[in-house]
Amino acid sequence: MSTRNLPPVYNKIAQHAVFPEMNHDERARYNFLANLNKHLAHVSQGNKVAFENRVAPQFEKEHGRKMTSTEELKEAISKDSHYQIWSSLRRSTMEMRQQAGRSIVLRQAVELRDKAKNLNKGKDSLILDDNVQVPPYLLACDNHIMPGSYHTELIEGDVTPAANYDTGLFVTTAGLLGRYSDGGGKAIVSWVKKTYPDFNPKRILDIGCGMGHNVLPIAKAFPDAEVIGIDTGAPMLRYAHARAMDLGITNVKFMQMDAAKTSFEDESFDWVQSTMFFHETGGKAIYNIMNEVHRVLKPKGLTLHIEQPQYTDDMSLFEKFIRDWDALYNNEPYWSKMHDIEPVDLMKSSGFKEEDFMQIGAKAENDLDDGSQKADEPEDHGRSPIWNVFGAIKN
Amino acid sequence: MEEKIDYIKLASNKPKGKRPYFHDDPAVERVLNITMAIAGELAVMRERMDSIERLLEKKGVVTREEIETFVPENKEQEEQRQTWHAEYIGRVLRIVQQEQEELENPDKSLEEIANDINEM
Ligand SMILES: C[S@@+](CC[C@H](N)C(=O)[O-])C[C@H]1O[C@@H](n2cnc3c(N)ncnc32)[C@H](O)[C@@H]1O
Repeated sequence: MSTRNLPPVYNKIAQHAVFPEMNHDERARYNFLANLNKHLAHVSQGNKVAFENRVAPQFEKEHGRKMTSTEELKEAISKDSHYQIWSSLRRSTMEMRQQAGRSIVLRQAVELRDKAKNLNKGKDSLILDDNVQVPPYLLACDNHIMPGSYHTELIEGDVTPAANYDTGLFVTTAGLLGRYSDGGGKAIVSWVKKTYPDFNPKRILDIGCGMGHNVLPIAKAFPDAEVIGIDTGAPMLRYAHARAMDLGITNVKFMQMDAAKTSFEDESFDWVQSTMFFHETGGKAIYNIMNEVHRVLKPKGLTLHIEQPQYTDDMSLFEKFIRDWDALYNNEPYWSKMHDIEPVDLMKSSGFKEEDFMQIGAKAENDLDDGSQKADEPEDHGRSPIWNVFGAIKN
Repeated sequence: MEEKIDYIKLASNKPKGKRPYFHDDPAVERVLNITMAIAGELAVMRERMDSIERLLEKKGVVTREEIETFVPENKEQEEQRQTWHAEYIGRVLRIVQQEQEELENPDKSLEEIANDINEM
């Protein structure tokens, strides 16, 4: 067997009824991009060498002191040729990934819309609401440099933003989230079942559910619970619902709602979950949303939030800087601010108690992992399926 | 709302948020992006060839071994092959050749030529 750490071939991705049709070259293009992403994670290691061997010494020579901030580091490294070529290639790869995905889904926009429409027809578990506004922070830039973001509709009843997201996640994460890209949801289910074996939630809320890939494992694990996923993007919800229907998961409702002002009653959920959500919100919204989480959670209820790894005091300036790269250059700008907030303070501000706060590490459960992934593979900062989970029990 | 969309144009849309440029000269970045797109398409073609070869083998038309060990069988084939490479490289490295020709034989600008012609 090969000792090289290769991304899985694209055809390993799970199919479902609203998954876009892809031809030979479209799959090949994604194979190329997954490999290019992997390759660039290695090229990225050169940034550290360039920083240590020439950027930092040069700075010290010019200033007679060490660098003290990531701003100084950014200014200095931006003139380094290795950093320049790595950055431009990484940006280019992300743009190519978007172009490839959109060229797949937009050519079949009408067919995808109709497939979703058929699966969604007559079901009261998809509830869209035209009055829900897209939050201003989502309008400020297109997250993940996804033209049109999560909400733009190019045709009536459009689902292409979600279909594009669905096809491409496997590529940017090199398949590490598994065939259904649900490795985060599965990991949280395992942790909850192990940690709270008697926990039997009746109502579960997933905020910012997107195309629903991480809420489905939760719904599957608790088939008697009523599970609700909310999002502001109608295309995401249409696709999420159709996908869930086809995968035979019927205890999930998808509702168009702003997580900062939901219409749910006080203390009406046993579990409120979010996955890779808060770092795509905004500086005021994050507090409003956490207040809402606290409000709708029942006493003794559980809330958990899967997020990017926290920055720690013992992290070098360089590591902090490189972890921010995706935030700024792959358009996830709030992440560059959110890591200055301590999760415990965020939770305390909305009424959770410090002694009830918890923080754990989590790693995706990957049904494609055949043991061939090498442990010494460099971490692809901002992309690796290694997360920080924070949360609390409400008391 | 329009049902027919120009998917080719839309697929290459710009995302909202100013695009970062990392090289000192944005032209470098532009060329790099075009080059990487072509590199991608070459990889796509290579994968297609791989499929074709494997299918041919599976259907007993040729074996991959035959493909792997194939060498030109006569002078004509040798020339055709090498000509293809020469043409291909000439195409890809056109700009380098043109810059070299310019070095050897400096030209006037078209504005200057226009002025010259105006007097002719
Ligand atoms: C990165 S996606 C996360 C999707 C999913 N939870 C996952 O596991 O990957 C963020 C989602 O949050 C949604 N979103 C952002 N702000 C929101 C808000 N205030 N209320 C509801 N949804 C929101 C976006 O529309 C987007 O679909």
